Amino acid sequence: MAWERKDLLGLEELSREEIELVLETAVPMKDIMQREIKKVPTLRGKTVVNFFFEPSTRTRTSFELAGKFMGADTSNISVSTSSVKKGESLLDTIRTVEVMGADVIVIRHGASGAPRFLAERLQASVINAGDGHHEHPTQGLLDLFTIKQKKGEVRGLKVAILGDIKHSRVARSNIWALTKMGAEVRVAGPPTLLPPEIEKMGVKAYYRVEEALEGADVINVLRIQRERQRQGMFSSVREYARFYGLDKKRLQLAAPDALVMHPGPMNRGVEITSEIADGLQSSINEQVTNGVAVRMAVLYLILGGGSHELAN
Amino acid sequence: MNLLIKGGRIIDPFSEQDTICDIRIKNDKIVETGPGLARKSSEKLVDAGGMIVCPGLIDMHVHLREPGYEGKETIATGTRAAAKGGFTGVGAMPNTLPVADNPAVIEYVRKITREEGMCRVYPFGSITRDSRGENLAEIGELANAGAVAISDDGNPVESAEILRRALEYARAFNLPLVDHCEDRALSGEGVMHEGYVSTILGLKGISAASEEVVVARDIILAEMTGAHLHIAHVSTAHSVKMIREAKARGVPVTAEATPHHFTLTHEAVKSYDTATKVNPPLRTHEDVEAVIEGLADGTIDIIVSDHAPHSYEDKTVEYDAAPFGISGLETVVPLVVDRLILTGKISWARAVAALTSEPARIFGLPCKGIQEGSTADLTIIDPGLKITVEKDSFISLGKNTPFEGMRLQGWPCATIVGGNLVMFERKAELEPALS
Repeated sequence: MAWERKDLLGLEELSREEIELVLETAVPMKDIMQREIKKVPTLRGKTVVNFFFEPSTRTRTSFELAGKFMGADTSNISVSTSSVKKGESLLDTIRTVEVMGADVIVIRHGASGAPRFLAERLQASVINAGDGHHEHPTQGLLDLFTIKQKKGEVRGLKVAILGDIKHSRVARSNIWALTKMGAEVRVAGPPTLLPPEIEKMGVKAYYRVEEALEGADVINVLRIQRERQRQGMFSSVREYARFYGLDKKRLQLAAPDALVMHPGPMNRGVEITSEIADGLQSSINEQVTNGVAVRMAVLYLILGGGSHELAN
Repeated sequence: MNLLIKGGRIIDPFSEQDTICDIRIKNDKIVETGPGLARKSSEKLVDAGGMIVCPGLIDMHVHLREPGYEGKETIATGTRAAAKGGFTGVGAMPNTLPVADNPAVIEYVRKITREEGMCRVYPFGSITRDSRGENLAEIGELANAGAVAISDDGNPVESAEILRRALEYARAFNLPLVDHCEDRALSGEGVMHEGYVSTILGLKGISAASEEVVVARDIILAEMTGAHLHIAHVSTAHSVKMIREAKARGVPVTAEATPHHFTLTHEAVKSYDTATKVNPPLRTHEDVEAVIEGLADGTIDIIVSDHAPHSYEDKTVEYDAAPFGISGLETVVPLVVDRLILTGKISWARAVAALTSEPARIFGLPCKGIQEGSTADLTIIDPGLKITVEKDSFISLGKNTPFEGMRLQGWPCATIVGGNLVMFERKAELEPALS
């Protein structure tokens, strides 16, 4: 099959086949990353502009390197250096960059739906690098890619996502991707951090992590933001770590070879102990590597690759 | 110009008549009604065969935006939009700049209406100074200047104590108090209904409880004070239930609902179209059904647009950043006809009452219906006319409609204000009607 979308806005709208196409395309991309000369001319002459309205090191650098490894010109604009602070509208700001010749706009924005709002109004392709609490599709894809590489088959796997589900775009993208691929998805967190009617997404929700961890093949631990404490969503970091943090004892409830993931950045000692984050079952660093490969695949497909046949 | 309206089906809830007859208008008065009236040479003939002729429709929840926000709407454009929508009178909300918390603003609105208005304007005064919910506005002065009600619309009255005193105080001047029921702490930074759709869109939710806890509080205070409370834009099933129960035990409470709350659900937000961003938000299918039931059984007394026009640039932003509000004046009638009457959910008599005699009763307006000697404010509706909603054809400066592209049946085709044909065959007149 061929990729036909101008934009990548979320995983909700992607078919299982489209998701598989990205994952298949990411395999040779990961090979390119392992070469001595990590550069192919595939996207030479194409311009990728990273527009980050929220702080990010990981995702922004990941997109930047993905573009560079593929031979594209990349440019980064962060909110502090943009004209947004001068009162310009989001659309005008982005359109200005588009008419300068951007082929792809990679955007991270605090407002859910902002990438879609732009995609509907721009000729350039838009890739969502995280919008509000909505989606973070490349994170969902890289998580899926990591699971697939480690576990082989995704169908039937028990995947537990732990923590602040309500405010997590990573959780939503993971849920869409995993349920489409046939995994059994469980989410667990304090009731205040589970969004309403979450089970309608096809997952099972738990208030206690122990229940969600029972026999889990994959554990995806989400970052807890201290801001949520001020909003009355939980009582203290100490209590959160005690009841919801992933430690050695809780990990034992999962399958013996359970894979531990975290989208980063981590609050060590809060949602995950260092022992586990740095342990043998952790794939946290591998996720970061895979992130570049998956983003190379996405850029390749969107910029007219069309199929997963890679011109070498 | 004198008019003879021939052959229409007259539905007049003031006199509870539903008959086919003719109406003769001389200057600003209805001078004769009856079958088979002959046209005089001085009269313009309006052929109303197959049409509904009713007393002039009244929309008691409209944001005309003037003074202060003339980029969104003006009294001139808002009242022309009202005329196009079939309305002969609108209630003007006081959240202007400055807020209508003093007689000068009321007088200004009345003056501009006389000079530029296309329909009647019934100004609201605010409950508290600058609608801040702290100190009472000079409600007696507002009443003397012509305010028909008080409201801090857009803002709830947060303090139960202030609301209690306002209800008590307004009794002296016979003004209903219209409350926008919302617990701001519960709404937080919410931008849409809290439910499954907000979960998948990752947008912050406004729970049904955010409205309901304040409806409950307000009903208790209306019961205690005996003062007339009118609940603005009811949007949830539980609010409808509480109002129904309050009415049954004799609490002096009335209520209104908007077309968007009885036709659309939170599913409409899935496109992130900022035209769907409105407060209270679009709710669930069950809420929509409950609002319709409430309208049908009279729990909800009246239909209003909550016309909240915004400029293109205000709404062409991220969903979170857009202001709340729908430009509603020009789509009320077809939504009522297409979605409530033609579907058999409510009768013509009930629908017309909710747009004429009921608002007149609640707000004490000088409207008497269709009878000899009464003021010639009339609306003619073509129940068969099908038109696709096109925001670019709106007269309102606010093109923010979630109904764009929807084909609806049953549109107003003539609006008569004080004997003047201010809208005819879907074309609104350019010259003010009331000067």
